Amino acid sequence: MSISILDVKPVFLFSDILIYILVASLGLFFYQLMRNPLSRARWRGVFQSAAGMAAFVVICFYVLVALLDSIHYREPLPILENQTEVHYSQEIRSALDLIFVGVHKRSEKTYSSPFSLQLFTKENMQDENDNLYRDYPMLKHAGQHLSSPAEQGQDVVNKSLLALLVGLLISAVFVGSHMLWRKIKKPTTELPWWSAYLTATVLVLAGSWAIGLSQYYHIAGTNIVGVDVFYQSIKAIRTGVLIGTLATLLTLPIAIVLGISAGYFRGWVDDAVQYIYTTLSSIPGILLIAASVLLIDVYIELHPESFSLGAVRADFKFLALCFILGMTSWTGLCRLLRAETLKVSQLDYVQAAHAFGVSNLRVIFKHILPNVTHIILIAMVLDFSVFVLAEAVLSYIGVGVDPSMASWGNMINEARSELSRDPVVWWPVLSAFVLMFVLVLAANVFSDRVRDAFDPRFGKG
Amino acid sequence: MQQEILLEVQDLSVELLATPSQASKTLIQPISFNIKKGEVFALVGGSGSGKSITSLALMRLLPSALHITGGQVLLSGQDIFAYNELQMNSVRGKQIAMVFQEPQSALNPVQSIGQQVAESLREHQKLQGAELKRKVLSLLEEVGIPEPEQRYDWYPHQLSGGQKQRVVIAIALACEPMLLVADEPTTALDVTIQKQILSLLDDIRRRRQLAILLITHDMGVVAEMADRVAVMQKGAIVEQALVKDFFASPQHPYSQELLAFLPKGNEFCQPVTEDALLELKDIKVWFPQRKGLLQRVYDHTKAVDGVSLSIAPGETLALVGESGSGKTTVGRAILRLEDISAGEVYFAGQRIDVLNKNKFLPLRKKIQIIFQDPFSSMNPRFSVREILEEGMKSLGVGINASERETRMQQLLEKVGLHAGHLDRFPHEFSGGQRQRIAIARALAVEPDLIICDEPTSALDLSIRGQVLDLLQELQREFGIAYLLITHDLSIIPKVAHRVAVMKEGRIVEQGSSQQIMENPQNEYTQSLLASVPSLLSKVSDEELF
Repeated sequence: MSISILDVKPVFLFSDILIYILVASLGLFFYQLMRNPLSRARWRGVFQSAAGMAAFVVICFYVLVALLDSIHYREPLPILENQTEVHYSQEIRSALDLIFVGVHKRSEKTYSSPFSLQLFTKENMQDENDNLYRDYPMLKHAGQHLSSPAEQGQDVVNKSLLALLVGLLISAVFVGSHMLWRKIKKPTTELPWWSAYLTATVLVLAGSWAIGLSQYYHIAGTNIVGVDVFYQSIKAIRTGVLIGTLATLLTLPIAIVLGISAGYFRGWVDDAVQYIYTTLSSIPGILLIAASVLLIDVYIELHPESFSLGAVRADFKFLALCFILGMTSWTGLCRLLRAETLKVSQLDYVQAAHAFGVSNLRVIFKHILPNVTHIILIAMVLDFSVFVLAEAVLSYIGVGVDPSMASWGNMINEARSELSRDPVVWWPVLSAFVLMFVLVLAANVFSDRVRDAFDPRFGKG
Repeated sequence: MQQEILLEVQDLSVELLATPSQASKTLIQPISFNIKKGEVFALVGGSGSGKSITSLALMRLLPSALHITGGQVLLSGQDIFAYNELQMNSVRGKQIAMVFQEPQSALNPVQSIGQQVAESLREHQKLQGAELKRKVLSLLEEVGIPEPEQRYDWYPHQLSGGQKQRVVIAIALACEPMLLVADEPTTALDVTIQKQILSLLDDIRRRRQLAILLITHDMGVVAEMADRVAVMQKGAIVEQALVKDFFASPQHPYSQELLAFLPKGNEFCQPVTEDALLELKDIKVWFPQRKGLLQRVYDHTKAVDGVSLSIAPGETLALVGESGSGKTTVGRAILRLEDISAGEVYFAGQRIDVLNKNKFLPLRKKIQIIFQDPFSSMNPRFSVREILEEGMKSLGVGINASERETRMQQLLEKVGLHAGHLDRFPHEFSGGQRQRIAIARALAVEPDLIICDEPTSALDLSIRGQVLDLLQELQREFGIAYLLITHDLSIIPKVAHRVAVMKEGRIVEQGSSQQIMENPQNEYTQSLLASVPSLLSKVSDEELF
């Protein structure tokens, strides 16, 4: 039976709502920044470098995937006889699964290497004459359209060419329409758009090739339970992006409020804040995080009624992890902000505001905060990649996200046993590594540009 | 006397290389000058006129974004642009040495001064052991460091600013250069120290037959030190002359502008005789020094230690003193930007030091402040409108937005800007224009008294006069009183009615500006006045011959 898109039941996980609020508020924040000519000039500096432009496009691509993966729904189950109510599947799907057209349903039995037509392990099988033999069984899904395994090579080439052609068409439409828009609008400053076009084309080509071939093969193999590894690592993008942004945004309010009040009011406020952050930063972070994650686990055990779906439980645990990461890593930014506020609040324009009897709150919001924004921005983009990596480390030691949730950390965690096998199962860890590497590299390149443009010590001022 | 030419600069030009965002820009138009042996050649001009770039080009030390596009520099007849980098290294230090503006950053803080002097000797003259040390000591002695044997092992932070500059000069002299490039050597120093450093330089050049290229913006220093002068404006030399001819009859309009501002002698403002608007009685501002675990107060830094003065409506009182004398703290204490430890402050007969924060708020309308640095006194993220409006909103001047708008437009016109500048941001203005905005900001709330904290010391000489003129004009029009905090004694005759001289937190002498300038009683005031590079005496002396 076919399911129409209208029959599905939308599901809003907490993290879905958060990610949309987050993207919307980031959009608003950038809109605000663009209105100020000074910060606009600085952002232009970020995008004037080809590397910054390319990194930004890559980050946008990841965020887009994460957004698509955050539109969740449950499919209706087939209606049985004598049933009036529609029941929905326990499995939660996302819009990303629609693009992958059922890759999640094409699971194999266990490991198979990339583009392989057979399982990775030998099994006992019976031939037509009921003779037992051991061999690598054929996969259930991959390469089923082939009439003989010998055609695989030619087939892969044909399918690749077709997928690349489609990809080229899609990117041509995007790039072409943007070029047209530029012709009409005639923007005053020249940005290295070629770099953006090139990156976008490469990404679209890679994406369409991967999706096109995933329909017929497991392009990055399958993992121990037979799930397509490429699909799994793409699903992990949402986890990575979300943990990076959410944990970063959680550190911000604490760091900003405490850092600025310590630097601005000084005296006992400063003493108290310094006391808190020296204490907190002298406790090993891993210890705190592990203890809190165990607490959360106990809470979930004790309240099973609140977590009916596996995905809801995983989501709760995930948010708790973001929260804990945020709570334990604000001290660095707080210290920086305190120092910068100490400096800015001695500047003449703050003194002039005092001479005009402007209230403290107004001085902080109008004079201090806008003039420490560069530090906040730099810390934000730098922390992002740190948190993405932290997730991998935490999952590796077993206190990370729920094992049912796709995450690079979980994939790397499994690699512990996979890499010690002989022959080695290398594809899950490689797949996770490549996707994580691209994201963290893009974030680092972008943060470098942001720092160059915003940090007064790097010249331009 | 025909002297031998040491350095000859012919058609030197420098440009800023093109970057993707901007086209190349000529910073130095072809300039030519020469320096003779044993001569002091002064290069003067406003900031950005290309003085320092010229000196760096001579040493081939330009930053990589700048590029020498033409001309040649002959040192004793040799073209130094033809040298390779290795040969150039032997020219730097050995033949041309440099003294920078900020002695603090020119010395390595973790090396003793003796080692730093020795280093350059070891490098260029290959001296060793006892001989090396003897040479270092004689150099330190020559530049006037007392007890050089003991101070050999001192670190830069143990020396005063003037002594640090002496060490820098000793390092420059170590290799017996023929030409000393001194880039604003006294700008960071107090007047009394400036005097000593200048006479030291003069002494050395007589003794060693040293040529000095003196880069400065201070016409007083030029008159005191230089034999010949070149005026730079926008990368070009607009006038070159002998110093005595230059001061007697400057030819170029820009030179005339630079000199027009210098004091004309005995035109003093006469004191106002009215009841005091502001009166300070025995004001003390002490900063506690804390120590130990419980932050126990064990002593005080006495920044201001008993200052009494008064200002009448429409009067300018100049508060002068060296840096660290507490003059700025007095201004800040009046505005409650610092806490007053003891003493009484009266404003228009009302005692104001005991008022709480809210009761003091209406007085902020009456007393305003203008800061020294027009670059840090405005929030770079505010438009001019927001800058001017902030105080008016906070203190309730102007009932509604349109009234405020009209007032802001009038103010901008009043300080010599255009009403259309309201939506611009501070970075779009020059230093002088920014200071005008700062003045407009203070005027916006209709004050009776403005505290001007070094309002002109961060500005170029030619702009200084304009800003002071503006302040005087506003005083005549609105009857505003000024407390003018300054270290620049040369502006006093022109603007101040009365003068108070501060030293170490106390006022040592007070009186009408004519009385103080012409007949100072206190020893400290006398030394302060004596150390102002006095152009008048020099020029008139030479005219006598």
